[in-house]
Amino acid sequence: MSIEVVRLSRRFDRTPAVDGVSFRIATGELVALLGPSGSGKSTLLRMIAGLEPPDAGDIRLAGKNVTGESPRERNVGFVFQHYALFSHQTVAENIAFGLNVRKVPKDEIRRRVTELLNLVQLKGLENRYPSQISGGQRQRVAVARALAPRPGVLLLDEPFGALDAKVREDLRRWILELHELTRVTTLFVTHDQHEALEIAHRILVMNRGRIEQEGTPREIFDDPATPFVAGFIGENNLIRADVTEPHVARWGPLRFAVNGHPTGRALRVYFRPNDVSVSASEGAGLVRASIVKTRFRGPSLELLLRLGEDRHIVSHVPRDVALPEGGANESVVYVGIRAFHAYEES
Amino acid sequence: MNLSARKMNRRSLPGFGLTMGISMLYLSLIVVIPLSALFFRTFDLTFPEFWKIILSPRVVASFRVTFGASLGAAAVNAACGPLVAWSLVRYEFPGKRILDALVDLPFALPTAIAGITLTTLYAGTGWFGSALLPLGIRVAFTPLGILVALVFTGLPFVVRTVQPVLETLDVEAEEAAASLGAGRWHIVTRIIFPSIRPALLTGFTLAFARALGEYGSVVFISGNMPMKTEITTLLIMTRLEQYDYSGATAIAVTMLIVSFALLLSINLLQARAGRGQ
Amino acid sequence: MIANAGNPLTGDPVVFMPEISPGAIGGRGVKLTEPWIVRAGVIGFSAAFMLVFVCVPLTLVFVKAFEKGASAYVAAITEPDALAAVRLTLLTAGIVVPCNTLFGLAASWAIAKFSFRGKSVLTTVIDLPFTVSPVIAGMVFVLLFGIQGWLGTWLDARNVHILFAPAGIILATMFVTFPFVARELIPVMQKQGTDEEQAAVVLGAGLWRTFADVTFPNIKWALLYGVILCNARAMGEFGAVSVVSGHIRGATNTIPLHAEILYNEYRMNAAFAVASLLAFLAVITLVIKKFAEVKVKDELAVRGNHTAGGR
Repeated sequence: MSIEVVRLSRRFDRTPAVDGVSFRIATGELVALLGPSGSGKSTLLRMIAGLEPPDAGDIRLAGKNVTGESPRERNVGFVFQHYALFSHQTVAENIAFGLNVRKVPKDEIRRRVTELLNLVQLKGLENRYPSQISGGQRQRVAVARALAPRPGVLLLDEPFGALDAKVREDLRRWILELHELTRVTTLFVTHDQHEALEIAHRILVMNRGRIEQEGTPREIFDDPATPFVAGFIGENNLIRADVTEPHVARWGPLRFAVNGHPTGRALRVYFRPNDVSVSASEGAGLVRASIVKTRFRGPSLELLLRLGEDRHIVSHVPRDVALPEGGANESVVYVGIRAFHAYEES
Repeated sequence: MNLSARKMNRRSLPGFGLTMGISMLYLSLIVVIPLSALFFRTFDLTFPEFWKIILSPRVVASFRVTFGASLGAAAVNAACGPLVAWSLVRYEFPGKRILDALVDLPFALPTAIAGITLTTLYAGTGWFGSALLPLGIRVAFTPLGILVALVFTGLPFVVRTVQPVLETLDVEAEEAAASLGAGRWHIVTRIIFPSIRPALLTGFTLAFARALGEYGSVVFISGNMPMKTEITTLLIMTRLEQYDYSGATAIAVTMLIVSFALLLSINLLQARAGRGQ
Repeated sequence: MIANAGNPLTGDPVVFMPEISPGAIGGRGVKLTEPWIVRAGVIGFSAAFMLVFVCVPLTLVFVKAFEKGASAYVAAITEPDALAAVRLTLLTAGIVVPCNTLFGLAASWAIAKFSFRGKSVLTTVIDLPFTVSPVIAGMVFVLLFGIQGWLGTWLDARNVHILFAPAGIILATMFVTFPFVARELIPVMQKQGTDEEQAAVVLGAGLWRTFADVTFPNIKWALLYGVILCNARAMGEFGAVSVVSGHIRGATNTIPLHAEILYNEYRMNAAFAVASLLAFLAVITLVIKKFAEVKVKDELAVRGNHTAGGR
């Protein structure tokens, strides 16, 4: 089932939580709604599910306008951050709930529950109660429960937010595998960019009720469309450079080749620490810098570099890079910026 | 915009209309309409008539007795209640669970039963009464008796408001103070007591408000001597029996105003305590 | 608990141990506590306070009730007027408790699961009977239905008797006890939140299925306690009922009123025999309360178990 959202809006008191959002998700896609807290992503998800009414705009599922319909009529599956399992029902009863509501015959229900328990790898836990299983297991039950009535769309609201880091990672991969097996259109909300970058086919980056950028993980990472996206995704150095001559922006000894910005403008320039190359010898386009501090990060080193008098940038280099004097403080190196993104100050 | 579909239930869960409907209907029938009868009845009186009733000596005497005894009883409960709550929360001793359950007895026991029991207990021939008589202390049929009965009825209000606060007190604050060298008394008075003060105040006010309107527990032990041990609620009752509806109304409205003022202050206290968290 | 302040020079952990008295037991591990003599004093005082004000009076009821032996006891409670009082009390509770339970469920669902303007007005109105003296509660019904009251002459003409009849007693009792169920349910339902109900709704459940399968199992202990308490108060209501009943022997007396009559006639033994029925009910109420309390705590603890990580 495809999802289409057209100029959807919702406000709480005076503040717009979702502000005229439009997008389309094709059948079978696995899409992430990524953004900081307060960006409106959960509200948006809940409106698609029918748990909250929009103030304006339309929601279409499989082409049909469902904006006025109750959740039951939409045939969506929803997974909550805190599982929301029925605490007085067993795992099997939880999974069977949606089927019981639809008056599916008993043996059919039993078959489907077994099928789903196998799918989520929880065979043998049918008669346990939610309080008797771990958080990761509970969330898998929640997913099974949502999938039982064969929904056209699966919506997940920060599904791993309440879990430990290791469990989160495992379940992340598991959702991807599950999606490959079931091929259900899946939309999940997260504030964790690693999650989104790792498993989503496409990412919608949200901020303050609006979509800042739509694209594949690679597009989002390599070509951030707005300063917000540039700053939100990955790690960054952020500096303010001035356009001193046509096509060139300057910050201390660093020069950036830019296009389409008039002279005199100030630009916000983002570049990632691992796009800052560091070498022991001089070279074309490289700028002189001194190492202020070195920090060990496992497979990489973090270098705090000083350019000129008091301008500092951060670089991440592989730990086997050859550094003068082994990277001692105040040693001189030559740095270059491999990639950057520049935006005008609004 | 899809206006035709906009008429749908604007809430995520069903049943709002039905439950609000039932609640409003019930409240109107059982509470609002009867109370408005009182409200409108008040307007039958003119101001001078109202004041004449309220300021008559017998009524004023009853206010004095009722107010004084209620205040005294609430104060006793406010002093002793926290100690009981403290024992129940912080200490272990045999019979603790039974004692904990019994704190609610004044709440669950019918007021009339409490009334006749306390009177029998504190009368000159009763278990306690006969023990106190040689000491020259009379409890039954004196204002002291009223106070004792009101201590009984108000007991759960203070203990049960303070107890949950003590249970969820942050032990780490005490440990931090101890590690910084504070003595136990210092910790109790400077750290623990301020935390329970709002709850204590709330419990005191609840006990006080409740005591003002108490009837069954008090009407037996007080002796009901006009001007001396007659409580206001009994006065209202007598007026009603004499079909003096106006008199009863005037006195009742005065009591209600005081009760509402107390209820308001409780709500304000709780709101302030909530913000101070 | 150990406060782990690192020594800034060497980086070694520094350990502070709080003052622990021997005999500090219970609860959450090591506790700070008072010297044993203070503890003994406070416990002793609390026990004495409770003994004097609660335990002894309770015991007195039963002692006085059985003072003249079992047969006198039985005779007192099976006397025709006593039986009539018991019947009226049961009738009253039988109508009042279910109605108040229905109201309580409806009101707590509306308050706990939705947000709407005027919610605090609703909760204040629900708390009203707590602030109104029972005598005043009875009085408003007199004002409404009495001869000089609003509806008095109108009803009298149709030979409908509210005052000095069971109907008045039932209405007055309903007024005084209606908050009990709602007050027990509302905090519990608010703490439980709405996630489970929302999950049920998305899975296709309507109001009744959601309530029966999801909400009710979660609130059943709080509901039990609310109903039991409402029942105890309904059976034991005195002030309000006194005003509206007319004290007609054998017809409009509930158990507390009947006990009062016996007491005023100096038939102490009989009075306490009748009173002991309600005292017994009060004790059962307390037992059920303790039981339900533990269960409710378990409920909330289970729910708070969100962060059980790992497989």
